[in-house]
Amino acid sequence: MTTAAAAPQTGEARPARRKRAPGGGLGRYILVRFLLIIPTIFILVSMVFWLMRTTGDPITAALGGRLGAAQLAQRIHEAGYDRPILIQYFEYIGKVFTGDFGTTLSTNQPVTTVLVTYGAATAELAFYALIVAFIVGIPLGMVAAYWRDRATDATLRVFAILCYATPVFFSGLLFKLVFSIWLGALPVAGRASTRSELTLQSLPNQTGVYLIDAIRTGNGAIITDVLVHAILPALALGLLTAGVFLRLVRTNVIGTLGTEYVDAARSRGVREFRLVSKHAYRPALIPIITVIGLQIALLLGGAVLTETTFEWKGLGFMLAEFLKARDFVAVQGIVALLAVIVALTNFIVDIIAALIDPRVRY
Amino acid sequence: MTATSGSTAIAHKPALWTRLPIVHQVRQSVGLQRGMLVAGLVITGVFVLSAIFAPLIAPYGYSQLRGDNGPFGAQQPPGADHLLGTTVGGYDVLSRVIWGAQTALFVIVVAVILSIFAGVLLGLVSGYFGGWLDRVLVVVCDAVYAFPSLLLAIVMSIAISGGRSGLLAGVFAAAISITVVFIPQYFRVIRAETVRIKSEAFVESAQVLGASNSRIMFRHVLRNATRTLPLIFTLNSSEAILTLAGLGFLGFGIEPTAASEWGYDLNKSISDVTSGIWWTALFPGLAIVLTVLGITLVGESLNDLADPRLRGRRAVGKSSGTVAETSVVPGGTLDAVPGGIDGLESGHGSADGDLATEPEGRS
Repeated sequence: MTTAAAAPQTGEARPARRKRAPGGGLGRYILVRFLLIIPTIFILVSMVFWLMRTTGDPITAALGGRLGAAQLAQRIHEAGYDRPILIQYFEYIGKVFTGDFGTTLSTNQPVTTVLVTYGAATAELAFYALIVAFIVGIPLGMVAAYWRDRATDATLRVFAILCYATPVFFSGLLFKLVFSIWLGALPVAGRASTRSELTLQSLPNQTGVYLIDAIRTGNGAIITDVLVHAILPALALGLLTAGVFLRLVRTNVIGTLGTEYVDAARSRGVREFRLVSKHAYRPALIPIITVIGLQIALLLGGAVLTETTFEWKGLGFMLAEFLKARDFVAVQGIVALLAVIVALTNFIVDIIAALIDPRVRY
Repeated sequence: MTATSGSTAIAHKPALWTRLPIVHQVRQSVGLQRGMLVAGLVITGVFVLSAIFAPLIAPYGYSQLRGDNGPFGAQQPPGADHLLGTTVGGYDVLSRVIWGAQTALFVIVVAVILSIFAGVLLGLVSGYFGGWLDRVLVVVCDAVYAFPSLLLAIVMSIAISGGRSGLLAGVFAAAISITVVFIPQYFRVIRAETVRIKSEAFVESAQVLGASNSRIMFRHVLRNATRTLPLIFTLNSSEAILTLAGLGFLGFGIEPTAASEWGYDLNKSISDVTSGIWWTALFPGLAIVLTVLGITLVGESLNDLADPRLRGRRAVGKSSGTVAETSVVPGGTLDAVPGGIDGLESGHGSADGDLATEPEGRS
C-alpha cells in the first residue's frame, strides 16, 4: 500500500490557467505587473528601515566608542536622528522614491554614488557567473535527463547538489589554493593587476565594467589581464547557479522527453542529439526562464560572499566593508537599492516569460 | 492511487515500522535512488551524532588555546597532537569542526521550529480566512521571498544583536535571522494547501456541524496540509547551514570564545590560503559541504519519491505499460487523472495537446 507520503504530489497549488480576463492582453499584464513592483519595494524598504532602526540610531552604532556623549548628541541632532521615528520614516520613504538613499557615515558620499561606482563591478561579475552557469548547467542538465537513472545521471545530480552545497567562499578559497597558490596559474584576488587598474582608471568617461574599458584601450595585455582575474570569481559564483540550472533543465527535459511529439519526432528519424537539444529542450525552457528571475536573488547574495573572498571591489565587497565599519546608513542604502534591483529584474523576467508563453498572462 | 506495481496486491496491513516516514521511503526506493537516500541518511546521521556527542568526541574544547604541554601555537600543520592542525588564532581545527556541528544543529533546530510555527500559523490563517489579510500577507511574503536571503539575514542580525554577538545571543540571533528568511516558504506551501483543502466537502460538512473555525483549521485543514513539510524541512535545514556560514563569513557569526562556527573559521582562513596554509580552510569547509550534501540528498530523494514523475521506475513495470507509467502529464501529476493508468492513457492526448499546441493557438 502507499501511504499519504507516497501519494502523488500536486506541488504548489498554483493554478496553471486562470479564467481569461475579457479584453486582457500583454499590455494590461505588463501594467498590472509593473504596479505590483511598487508595494514590493515599499515593503522591503520599510522592513529594512524598521529593522535597522530597532537597535538605535546609526551614529551611535558607528561612532559610539569614539566620541564623547556631548559630541555624539550633537552629531545625532545634526543628522536629525533625535526626531520622532515616524517622521524620519516618512522622510526616508519620500527620499527613496526620489532616488536619494542617504549618505554614508564612514566615507561621507551618497549611497547612489557608491552604487554607480561599484555596481558595475558586481554586474560584471554576475554576468560572467551567468555565462558559466549557462555553459555548465544547461548541457549537463540535458545529458542527465537523457541518461536518466543511469550512472551518468547520478554523478551529475550529485555534482549539482555539490554545487549548491558548497558555499561560494569555500569553493573560492579552494580555487585560490589550487590555481593561484599551488599552480601559480591565476591571480589570487582583485579585478586586475595594479598597472592595468591604473591605466583603466585614467581612461576618460570609464564605464566601470573593466572588460569594456579594457577593450576600449585596445591593449591586448590589459584585456587578458582583466579576463584572467575574472576566471576564478566567475567560476565560484557561476557553479553555484549552474547546479540550480542543471537540476531544473534535467527535471523539465525529463518531462518533455516523455511526450508524444518527441516519440513522433524519433519515429520520423530525427537524430537523438537533435531530439534532446531542440524538441525536448525548447519547451522545457519556459520554466527555466521564470526561475532565472529567482536566481538573481541567489546571485546577488552569492556576489557579496564571492567579492569578499576575491577582494573584487563591487557592491558586495563594499557592503561587507560598511558592515565592518558599522556604517548602517550605507548598509541600509545598499540593501534598499538591491531590493529595487531585485524587484525590477523579477519584473523584466516575468515580462519575458509572458512574451514567450502566452499562458502566463492573465 | 495504488502502488504502480499492481501485481503485488497486499491484503494485510504492513508492519508498523515499514510505515514510519523514512523507513517507508527507503523501502519504496530502488537502485540509485535508494543509494542516494541511504548515503544522505548516513551523512546526516554522522552530523547529528557528532553534534550531540561533541564533548566526548572532540579532543579539545572549541575555545581551548593550551593543552598539557603549554599553548597549541598558531597555524601548526596537521600532526599527532593536532590531527587537523591549528588555526591562526591557535585553536585546534578538528575540535572546532566537531563543535561546529553542534552550533549548526542548534541553529537549524531553533530556526526551523520557529519558522514552521510562524509560517504554518500565518499560512493557515491567511488561507482559511482569505480577504484583505490574506492579500497583504501574500504580498509581504512574496516580497521577502524574492529578496536575497543572506542580505535579509544580515539586516535581521543587525536588528537583533546590533551586529555583535555574544554567547547564546549570537546563536539565537543567527537562528532568528534565518527564521525570517524561511517563514515565507512555509507560508506559501501551507496557504496553497489550505486554500485547496478549504473547498473540500469534509470542511464544509464540519462547518455545517457547527465546528469552530479554530477546530476546522487545526483539526481538518492542518492535518491534511502538512504532507509537504518534511521536504521543505530538509531543504531548509541545508539552507540554514549555508546562511549561518555566510553570516559567519561576513563577520556576523559567533565569537570563537562563545561557540565554534564554520563560516567564522573560513573567514579567518582567507589570509592563510594566500600563504599556502590549506588545513584551516579545507576542514571547516568540507564540514559544511558534507553536511549540506547529506541533508540535501535526503531531501531530494524524499522529493523524488513523492513525485511520481521523478520516482525511479520499478523493475516490475518494465515488462508492461512502461510508456503509460512514465509518460508525463505536463503541468499536472498522475493523480490528476482518475482511474489510474487506464484513465491516464485516455486523458493523455488532451494533456499533451496542452503543451504542444496552445502556445501557438493563443498568442
